[in-house]
Amino acid sequence: MSEQTTITEILKGGEFLIKETDASSVFTPEDLNEEQRMMVETANDFIQKEIWPNLDAIDKQQEGLTVNLMDKAGELGLLAVSVPEEYEGLGGDFNTSTALIMEMGKSYSFGVSFAAHSGIGTLPIMYYGTEEQKKKYLPKLASGELKSAYCLTEPTSGSDALSAKTTAKISEDGTHYIINGQKMWITNGGFADILITFAQVDGDKFTCFIISTDSEGFTSGNEENKLGIKGSSTRALFLDNVKVPKENILGEIGKGHYIAFNILNIGRFKLCAMTTGGAKENASIAVAYANERKQFNQKISNFGAIKHKLAEQAIKIFASESATYRVSGLINDTIKSLQAEGVSYTDAALKAAEEYAIECAMLKVYGSEVLDYVVDETVQIHGGYGYSEEYPAARGYRDSRINRIFEGTNEINRLLTVDMLMKRAMKGRLDLMGPAMAIQKELMSVPEMGEEEGGILSAEKKAIANAKKAILIITGAAVQKFMQNLKDEQEIIMNITDMMIELYACESAYLRTLKLSSMKNEEELKPYVEITKVYFSDALERINLHGKHAITSFAEGDELRMLLLGLKRFTKYENVNTKELRRNIANRLIEANKYCF
Amino acid sequence: MKIAVCISHVPDTATKINIADNGKEIDPAGVTYIINPYDEFAVEEALTTKETLGDDSEVIAISVGNDKNKETIKKALAMGVDSGVLLKIESQLDSFGIAKALAEEIKAQGCDLVFMGKQSVDFDNQIVGQMTSAILDYSCISVVVDFKLDGQDITCEREIEGGKEVVAAQLPCIITAQKGLNEPRYASLKGIMSAKKKTIEEKSAVETESNTEVIGLKKPPAKNPGRILGTDSSAVHELVRLLREEAKVI
Ligand SMILES: Cc1cc2nc3c(=O)[nH]c(=O)nc-3n(C[C@H](O)[C@H](O)[C@H](O)COP(=O)(O)OP(=O)(O)OC[C@H]3O[C@@H](n4cnc5c(N)ncnc54)[C@H](O)[C@@H]3O)c2cc1C
Repeated sequence: MSEQTTITEILKGGEFLIKETDASSVFTPEDLNEEQRMMVETANDFIQKEIWPNLDAIDKQQEGLTVNLMDKAGELGLLAVSVPEEYEGLGGDFNTSTALIMEMGKSYSFGVSFAAHSGIGTLPIMYYGTEEQKKKYLPKLASGELKSAYCLTEPTSGSDALSAKTTAKISEDGTHYIINGQKMWITNGGFADILITFAQVDGDKFTCFIISTDSEGFTSGNEENKLGIKGSSTRALFLDNVKVPKENILGEIGKGHYIAFNILNIGRFKLCAMTTGGAKENASIAVAYANERKQFNQKISNFGAIKHKLAEQAIKIFASESATYRVSGLINDTIKSLQAEGVSYTDAALKAAEEYAIECAMLKVYGSEVLDYVVDETVQIHGGYGYSEEYPAARGYRDSRINRIFEGTNEINRLLTVDMLMKRAMKGRLDLMGPAMAIQKELMSVPEMGEEEGGILSAEKKAIANAKKAILIITGAAVQKFMQNLKDEQEIIMNITDMMIELYACESAYLRTLKLSSMKNEEELKPYVEITKVYFSDALERINLHGKHAITSFAEGDELRMLLLGLKRFTKYENVNTKELRRNIANRLIEANKYCF
Repeated sequence: MKIAVCISHVPDTATKINIADNGKEIDPAGVTYIINPYDEFAVEEALTTKETLGDDSEVIAISVGNDKNKETIKKALAMGVDSGVLLKIESQLDSFGIAKALAEEIKAQGCDLVFMGKQSVDFDNQIVGQMTSAILDYSCISVVVDFKLDGQDITCEREIEGGKEVVAAQLPCIITAQKGLNEPRYASLKGIMSAKKKTIEEKSAVETESNTEVIGLKKPPAKNPGRILGTDSSAVHELVRLLREEAKVI
């Protein structure tokens, strides 16, 4: 990315709905430099030598094993990537940490321990800590000497995190706070040395504290007996008159929600990177098995039904990986441009993540659902052997499910996507209504039969511009209809978010393929074009369906007819022989014997 | 002391190999290349030797090949090697040609201790170490699984059929590494970042010639699919018949 000299406007968060993105400005996995690739290779070596041979023992939570592996990861620098050099980290940029966390997505339960520590467990101190706090904790978090957990959830407050009941009272001498309460579902709860914990000061000032697990009054419950990620420690934690020095307040009293939400923005992004990495691994497992297993005297990868599944896994992964790196690049570029203005790395990173909070929420939903699709089909491709613990498909399947639940459930993230969009529109940060009105006018007039643009992916370019129009008119109409009460129409909000996510996935696949067209010859580019076309063909149908659900729920008469007509016009796409293209895609996977795009 | 470690850039053992159109070389398209696995043991041993010496010793990685080999040299630098030398060649050399190129550089650098893998997993000749030592008039201990250095004295264990042989020699010496010698370290992220600041010197290899010429590469014949004749003793007769008449092995 740094080699790029042309200055292109970086789209702001949410602007993808109303503006076009220049493909040359988009970051793609192909843009990773040699050093970044070598780092990914080290992560891969680590996973192959230390994690995969130990998966059963990790899942049985063999005493000390995960802690030991975290220490090893620390020695290699894997926990230090995004920590600035002045705090003994490696000061890697955002794209580097994206690439690494994606690779760590292949490490099953261990990846969850890893991410909870180096992401939500470390970043609050990095972004909100005082100089003393950063100096005290970051070097040890980066090396793995200290392990961290993030404690937001409580028995009675999950999605509604701000209603936490844990209290913090200032001591009589004013030197420390006394904390009482219970936290629930805390990843790394069994071995963490420090807890990033939220509590209410004076009953209603939501505040973040750094608590040492050495503190008197701290106890942890038993390990939860979980459906998946059995190797990651998850416990309830009890805080009974735990004394916390005043210096351990993170950020400001009453401003804990900024920390909670901004950290989750990044957490959501990272979750998508991780699920994409996990999906690539699971898809490779599926192809390798399909190439090995014979029924009716042939490899099952010869069967069209199986080819369809293999191709569909790859198509979805391609979209999800493209979208992940696209957002990574946006955040990376924003950090760099803020730094150029003199903002510190940590402040810049925080601002950048906030800027793209809408994209992060969409990615969280998309990445976790792609992974769930992929692991499900990997089990199916394995038949009975997919149901056996002797094969890796079962673990992949179990471990995927949590991703739709934590870091904000996918429902909450869908609601947030539209909520944040509306807030930005109201504040004038994003002009949605202007374009929405213009499209309504366009709809009333006779459609322009303007000349078809030629060239590579021109049909897709047009389809994207149109899909944006479809989303804008529906959103505009819904807002006009319900005004502030739109929030009570969750079904419509889900429809809008689903359309936005599909659009974002389409556009990301398109942009990556377009960018690749300047690096590859026609033959090399073909697979990417095929993937993009199949994705568009299906995604536009899905956008149409979500749109229809929304429109029919609130429009009547002329408006209903006009909106449905608009939706139909704006989700039109060329007829694609998806069977043929999927076969081509599958044949390449079969030849490579792994995910290869 | 200057320690040399000679490393080669080979196709990953897991990639599918195709033969190039000229029928004499590997088609590099779609092939991932890695550092020769036996050379990783050599790099590790060179680095631990330097660390044990604890003086101002340095480790130099030398590779014969083309620009692509820089990837492998960088891997060695990221593991902790101090600097690299790429000896460029126009076309593939045989083991003797490579040994000559290496010997020249080892001499020029003044390295008394040299580590390399016992073989490269691309052409598997298992001979470059021995040839290099003959050209330089160094001792050579091959297929080493344990290495000790005490002043000028070297004691090694080497693998032999059915057991181990303990061999002593003196510097200067070439050691060829076998699996089991050590557990190669990872290229840590910090190591990768500091590799950027290390130098790779590029120069043409001395004029060397191969003694042998590759006339052609051939893939092994495709294996015939297996056949299941039955699942109980009734299949034995048929099996014996086929082994005798078709496979002609009994
Ligand atoms: C294995 C595991 C590890 C975890 N690790 C951590 C951790 O390290 N730190 C931490 O703080 N937390 C952690 N969590 C907690 C996790 O973030 C919460 O479980 C999650 O946020 C959901 O909260 P809940 O379980 O209370 O579900 P609820 O909030 O009760 O939700 C139940 C259902 O209702 C839906 N719902 C809730 N509110 C709404 C609404 N307004 N509109 C529509 N639908 C709604 C939800 O989407 C969900 O489908 C972990 C959980 C698990 C299972």
